[in-house]
Amino acid sequence: MVTLTRDARTVAETVTDPELPMLTLADLGVLRDVEVDGGRVTVSITPTYTGCPAMDTMRDDLVHALMDAGYDAVEVRVVLAPPWSTDWISDDGRRKLAEHGIAPPGPAPSAAPGPIPLSLGPTVRVVHCPHCGSAKTDEVSRFSATACKALRRCRACAEPFEHVKEI
Amino acid sequence: MSDNAYEAITEAHDDARWAFGTGFEDPLAGVDTSLPDSVDGDDLAAYCLMLGDDALVMSHRLQQWCTSLPELEEEVAVANIALDLLGQARLLLTRGGTADGSGRGEDRLAFFREEHEYRNVRLAELVNGDFAELVARLVVFSTWRLALLSRLSESRDPVLSAVAAKGVKEVTYHRDYAARWTVRLGDGTDHSRGRMQAGLAVVWPYVDELFAAHEVELRLSAAGVAPDPSALRDEFDNVLAQVLSAATLSKPEAGQLPGVGGRAGRDGVHTEAMGYLLAEMQSVARAHPEATW
Repeated sequence: MVTLTRDARTVAETVTDPELPMLTLADLGVLRDVEVDGGRVTVSITPTYTGCPAMDTMRDDLVHALMDAGYDAVEVRVVLAPPWSTDWISDDGRRKLAEHGIAPPGPAPSAAPGPIPLSLGPTVRVVHCPHCGSAKTDEVSRFSATACKALRRCRACAEPFEHVKEI
Repeated sequence: MSDNAYEAITEAHDDARWAFGTGFEDPLAGVDTSLPDSVDGDDLAAYCLMLGDDALVMSHRLQQWCTSLPELEEEVAVANIALDLLGQARLLLTRGGTADGSGRGEDRLAFFREEHEYRNVRLAELVNGDFAELVARLVVFSTWRLALLSRLSESRDPVLSAVAAKGVKEVTYHRDYAARWTVRLGDGTDHSRGRMQAGLAVVWPYVDELFAAHEVELRLSAAGVAPDPSALRDEFDNVLAQVLSAATLSKPEAGQLPGVGGRAGRDGVHTEAMGYLLAEMQSVARAHPEATW
């Protein structure tokens, strides 16, 4: 007799991202679907970036969490389309990022038809410093310690910080 | 008590001890990999290897730059670009192994094929030069790849279309990165301008190959699965003209390096650099062919 201690979706939603552990997979928008059939659960997740090495950890963490909650078979499926967008990060997720010193993303660029325009100048975007709140911040590098973040610097408090870049 | 001291660390399904778990063999787990109607599995597989090998080999050349770049920001950027391309390679090679029914996984394809079985364009394999040459190669490669992936996102093959749609977002950042450095170096000092122009001259002989259609690409283009590479040329020329103009650089006059009897990277005919690259990239996997990663 399977004793299901908690609803599968609730369990899956509490699994956290290995590289941004303040966020759950639901906050991040990578958890796409949870289906339950008796003691069997199928979870669908989508990668943030194609090379994201955290995908395998997410898969293992989901399997372990659901097995611990009493489910006897867990399958984790990868969904590639539609591609993940930072617009899927929840309001709660954005608040948690800022509380941990990471500036949350603004609206993702919308795809216009035709060739993708080249962007040669500095990115014009107001990003508030998560430490002091100032809007006077500059992009230092569009790449950072993980694929999903850019590096910025605050001209008011002089602190560096990371910013989840819009995709 | 185990007789084999290594047994404890080779237990199957014990992923907890590894930072990123084990069992990386199927990055397409759960994705529907059935073939669309009237698409030839062997052609689709060959095409996946072409685009997958471009990404894998270019990623390897970028990885070789790690710890040698001029600034920490560049270290982080180039490593991230290499990681994005490696991710694209994993999905594409895995798709190739399912499309031809051979069941060859990504590791089998990456580490146990010979040089003539690699389908990447020769631009990806060239020996690394200075930072300006890296920027030149990346601006050419990512401009071409972005034009390709944005059309491939409308492919009739749902897996290629999904991989391309994700790749478009990533390669847009790669192209901007390389284009901005092209401008910074070209429109910089006399010295940086000269080095940037010289970097472009090194990679330019490999540009025409990017737009030469292989028979597999033509058949898949007719089937609505892949774009015809020659159709990407206008977008490429327009973007490069924009970058070179902002960078005060001129388009190199260099002639094109022909293949051997009309055959080049897409046919498995490579430059001398390719053998050395594979010898390094494949050495660990071939030294331990039974290993689980």
